[in-house]
Amino acid sequence: MILYYIRIAMLGLRKQPVLSALMVLAIGVGVATAMTALTVMVRLGADPIPQRSDRLFAMAVDNWDAERPWGDRNGGPLAPDQISYKDAVALLAAGKAERQAVMYRVSLTAQPEREDLRPFQASVRATSPDFFPMFDVPFAFGGGWSAADDTARARTVVLSKAMNERLFGGENSVGQRIRLSDEYYTISGVLAEWRPRMKFYDVTNGALNEPEMAYMPLSVAFEKELLSDGNNNCYESPGEGWASYLASECVWMQGWVELPDADAAATYNAFLANYVAEQKAAGRAFSRPQLTRAVPLREWLDLRGVVPDDMRLFTILGFAFLLVCLLNAGTLLLAKFLRRSGEIGLRRAVGASKRALFAQYLTESAVVGLLGALAGLLLTLGGLAGLRMLTPDFAGIARLDVQMLLSCVAIAVATSMLAGIYPAWRASNVAPAVQLKTN
Amino acid sequence: MLRMQNLKMIYRTHLVETHALRDFSLTVNAGEFVAVTGPSGSGKTTFLNIAGLLEEHSEGLYEIDGVDVRGLGDDARSRLRNQKIGFVFQSFNLIPDLDLYDNVDLPLRYRGFDRAERKRRIEQSLGRVGLGSRTKHYPSELSGGQQQRVAIARALAGDPKILLADEPTGNLDSVMARGVLELIEEINRQGTTVIMVTHDLEHARRAQRNVHVVDGQIVDLDATAPRVVARRDGHAASA
Repeated sequence: MILYYIRIAMLGLRKQPVLSALMVLAIGVGVATAMTALTVMVRLGADPIPQRSDRLFAMAVDNWDAERPWGDRNGGPLAPDQISYKDAVALLAAGKAERQAVMYRVSLTAQPEREDLRPFQASVRATSPDFFPMFDVPFAFGGGWSAADDTARARTVVLSKAMNERLFGGENSVGQRIRLSDEYYTISGVLAEWRPRMKFYDVTNGALNEPEMAYMPLSVAFEKELLSDGNNNCYESPGEGWASYLASECVWMQGWVELPDADAAATYNAFLANYVAEQKAAGRAFSRPQLTRAVPLREWLDLRGVVPDDMRLFTILGFAFLLVCLLNAGTLLLAKFLRRSGEIGLRRAVGASKRALFAQYLTESAVVGLLGALAGLLLTLGGLAGLRMLTPDFAGIARLDVQMLLSCVAIAVATSMLAGIYPAWRASNVAPAVQLKTN
Repeated sequence: MLRMQNLKMIYRTHLVETHALRDFSLTVNAGEFVAVTGPSGSGKTTFLNIAGLLEEHSEGLYEIDGVDVRGLGDDARSRLRNQKIGFVFQSFNLIPDLDLYDNVDLPLRYRGFDRAERKRRIEQSLGRVGLGSRTKHYPSELSGGQQQRVAIARALAGDPKILLADEPTGNLDSVMARGVLELIEEINRQGTTVIMVTHDLEHARRAQRNVHVVDGQIVDLDATAPRVVARRDGHAASA
């Protein structure tokens, strides 16, 4: 019977093309609005490194001023979103985790040897060697640098795939040198394509931006006194000069540890508690010791509001709009079905039960929903493309994957069937006797 | 075949009660051809709707082919309607978007026959009303008389025991009406019970029995008993 119902539905659509188009469009526009917002929301909220996220913890260190404590937008207690040089270096040196990496972003001028390439500004992440294995960063050629290289302040660098393509046409460039801000660095490795959903390891400096173009040892950045190219927060003046900047409580670095299980996390947090006690004893603020802890990656992203409130609102509005569109589509379906009251009466007379008619008209709603889904899918793709153009930050996330694509179709069909329940019920309850006499 | 005993049909609104049928008692035997006449608003169509299970009566007994329909659910009533009753309406009630094949197919779809059985029955029914070669035509391509023949073919396709006809010639000119009436008589001769509501007394006289309804009641006291009727064509019909 279902095939028969689909055939009747298609006939019905063809019979009233304008009304049918309006319904499909109403559903399509509603679905596209909701799905565009939902896609961005879901991708923003998705686990950026699912294979390792349960092992990764951000170092949250509350070194902030007791008089003006750091808080969230609602005044809730929160450790600063970055850590100071003093804490970063101390925690890295302690080496209490299975792996640990501290880092910050710098900007250097790339000076290509090739005459056809002009110098350009390159974003570079200065970090410790565990960065690569800890975050499962894939290499196409070579690898990162060793702890010994870091200690020795070796002028070594890892290039992103894009940077390697730009400078070396994608060839294996390991062992070659590049010039960055007037100094040569030897290439130790080239990354394969690495584009996590977001730059989870540094959400304070454009979480949706692309990863950096190159990576260099932290020790070299310190030696060259490279200032952060990202956010920098101080609650008092750091004073003049590099040394006093490093000695200040300004926060401008990010710190991560890898802890394989809950026991390791508990042990590390105990270590941090001792660290806080030591620092307090040394005269630093640390007025809210409970905020200094290893924060699980997902919780960290949540605490840092990686999914903006605007986005949540946009998604709610998107679904509210879908609801309005569905109400419209439902009204149109009702009008369409009731225009066929004579046919409904006749079908009842020849033996169709209310249940059979309900199924028939619900199938027709589903067919409209399926067409609405296709329209919605096209409009969603258009909407996401528009979003990528208008908001370059969303370039990496405003994309429809297979899961969202299927969700789009499922939502459209399910919601239009929902919108079709009342019209189908009304149609199946048409009094046949009246219609047969008046038809 | 059909037995109604003290049947009542009352339409109620919050202000008024309308008694469409009062103590309506009628028995129609298998193979009979009964005409139901009466002025407009007398309750003829209400009777036909109840007989055809399109409406549920308020009180009294109604049995069709031995089945008491009181209290039956919608599925059971629909199944009974589909299997035992065929309808013919004044305005044909064909679906304009479907060709003749699909129009006649309607009751068979709800019966659950397979494709081959449906095809056999559709072709046989359309052949029986003389339209076997026009299965792919649409209703709008036919005359009124032909459309009513299609409606009759649709009613017969499921091989019902009773044919309920509501003013089947009401929208036809006299020539077409005669043709349709002869077809209904032929169907009755082949064993199908026919109950026909009509305003036309001449047409009513061709039935074996004439039940006259006024104000929701049968007023012809002889109506419940079978009788021999002399037909215009000279044939005699008997119960």
